[in-house]
Amino acid sequence: MNLVSAGFFIGIVGLTLIVTYIASKRTSSASDFYTAGGGLKGWQNGFAIAGDYLSAAAFLGVSGAIALTGFDGFFFSVGYVVANLVLLYIIAEPMRNLGRYTLADMLTARFNEKRIRGVAATGTIIIVILYMIAQLVGAGALIKLLFGIEYWMAVLIVGVMMTTYVLFGGMTATSWVQIIKAGLLLFGTTLLAFLVFSKFDFNLVKMFDTVSTNYGDEYLVPGMKYTSTIDSVSMMLALVLGTSGLPHILMRFFTVKDAKTARASISWTTWITAIFFSLTIFLGFGAMHFVGFDKIIAENAAGNTAAPLLAEFLGGNILLSFICAVAFATILAVVSGLVLTGASAISHDIYGEILKDGKLTEKQQVLAARIGSISIAIVSIILALFAQSLNVSFLVSFAFCIGASANLPVILYTIYWKKFNSNGAVAAMVTGLVSCLVLGALGPNIWSPTGNAIFVGEPIVNLAVPAIITIPLSFFAGYLGSILTAHKVEQAEAERVYKEIRVKAHTGISVQDVSH
Amino acid sequence: MSQLENKISAKCDGINYDKIDRMETFNQFVKKKNTFLFGITITFLTFYILLPILAFTPVLQQKAVGSITWVWVYSLALFIMTIILCTLYVKMAANFDKAAAAVLQEYEKAGA
Repeated sequence: MNLVSAGFFIGIVGLTLIVTYIASKRTSSASDFYTAGGGLKGWQNGFAIAGDYLSAAAFLGVSGAIALTGFDGFFFSVGYVVANLVLLYIIAEPMRNLGRYTLADMLTARFNEKRIRGVAATGTIIIVILYMIAQLVGAGALIKLLFGIEYWMAVLIVGVMMTTYVLFGGMTATSWVQIIKAGLLLFGTTLLAFLVFSKFDFNLVKMFDTVSTNYGDEYLVPGMKYTSTIDSVSMMLALVLGTSGLPHILMRFFTVKDAKTARASISWTTWITAIFFSLTIFLGFGAMHFVGFDKIIAENAAGNTAAPLLAEFLGGNILLSFICAVAFATILAVVSGLVLTGASAISHDIYGEILKDGKLTEKQQVLAARIGSISIAIVSIILALFAQSLNVSFLVSFAFCIGASANLPVILYTIYWKKFNSNGAVAAMVTGLVSCLVLGALGPNIWSPTGNAIFVGEPIVNLAVPAIITIPLSFFAGYLGSILTAHKVEQAEAERVYKEIRVKAHTGISVQDVSH
Repeated sequence: MSQLENKISAKCDGINYDKIDRMETFNQFVKKKNTFLFGITITFLTFYILLPILAFTPVLQQKAVGSITWVWVYSLALFIMTIILCTLYVKMAANFDKAAAAVLQEYEKAGA
């Protein structure tokens, strides 16, 4: 490390700490802590959601994947971009109109039962922890690479920082850290892409021709990583539908005042992600051509350092330091958002609503939220310390798979299906969660005959991401659960609540009043 | 609209959801909105999921311009589709907001 890189890092850390300090003075109520008081503007929340989207896996992982496998890496970019439409068209506005702090709040607006809250909170915690381990392991590897410090120390540094942001600044600080990071990332990526493009005389065809001539046509079509149609269809389904079921994304809709602002948020996010992921082509091909396969692989087998290496080639130590500092900010921002989401499930849903029946004073709620943040942070840090050698990219795709299977069906049914009932809701969530975990445990990320997974053996289910099975299964379970137990439900009352949900979801009437 | 919302929210306990739910205008509005939302959603999901299916067939593996193959063109088209449908949604949603406001106004007038 040298003075330049130290400067960038201190600058970014300092900036985020100042933001946290300012935010901490404004964080006094539970609503401030979980949702920044619901006062974010559309563009702010749009940048913050983009910040959640553009995790290290997206920035470092996707450009690395394109550099190593060509078009197969770009599948992810397409998935992340189109996923915005699902959020925009069917999730964002009803979510804002019905929910308060968490996904469980939104579901209990229709089914006010503790078991619903319990299952939803459990799903949230599992997704958050999987996602967080992936981010922390990635952070550890990156910081180790940059500073040469030990892995465990790197994880601890990131862990302490993310907890500081959340603990003192709550959602206001977390959102601003996301906004700053999204802005920096967009700037850094645009700069890198511009420099790469200039080396190909700003000629797209020339860039593709170079790849084709020097590295072979197989980089320009799928098949290097994904060999079967069904595997890639399954992965693409998890990406496009999973985004709308990720609790830390859903939580962001509670930080704005109404459905209109929620929609403006996603509109911003759509533009930002569409621009960003278009640029991943230049980053990936640039790294492939200027850094080279061997050097990328030598630094990190999964290609995660392709973008920083490209920065070093294009702009020397200064650009390398800047891009690394941005990657660091990216990781901090994403893990902070995850800590906050995990904390909301523990302290608001499980402790506050289930154990204490919602009878907590404002002060107790904030205290519970802070204790919840510390607990989820400690658990993830400990798990991340043991997970060092784990392949993290499958953890991320798994989180998407669970989001798509355990959360999305139940959200859609809750808003749009009259005959849906609480038994169907539990059936859909449990089926989605359990089927993902079971099929995942039987899949190729755990079992491999060649020994490059956790156990040696033939995988029983040959799908890296089982979404193509688990999503329909969860929809079916929700349908069956509702139909089969229809006679046990107080129909008149259920219908009354559904009418209320329908009116609220579509008109946004009494947003402040909903949920419990 | 938000002013009206707040006005109604203020006396929130008194909202007769059943009454709004039975209003002709409300049901027409919801039907129109859902038809639009789900119609477009099914359309873009179809175009999206055709990518990984067609990508492995010779259809998209041919070269389009120079060395650029059709899979890249198709992917780029999906990006453009996303931006266009995003813009379309924002435009349509403004109309839906007006319709929702009109429903609430009618409800207000009829007297809760």
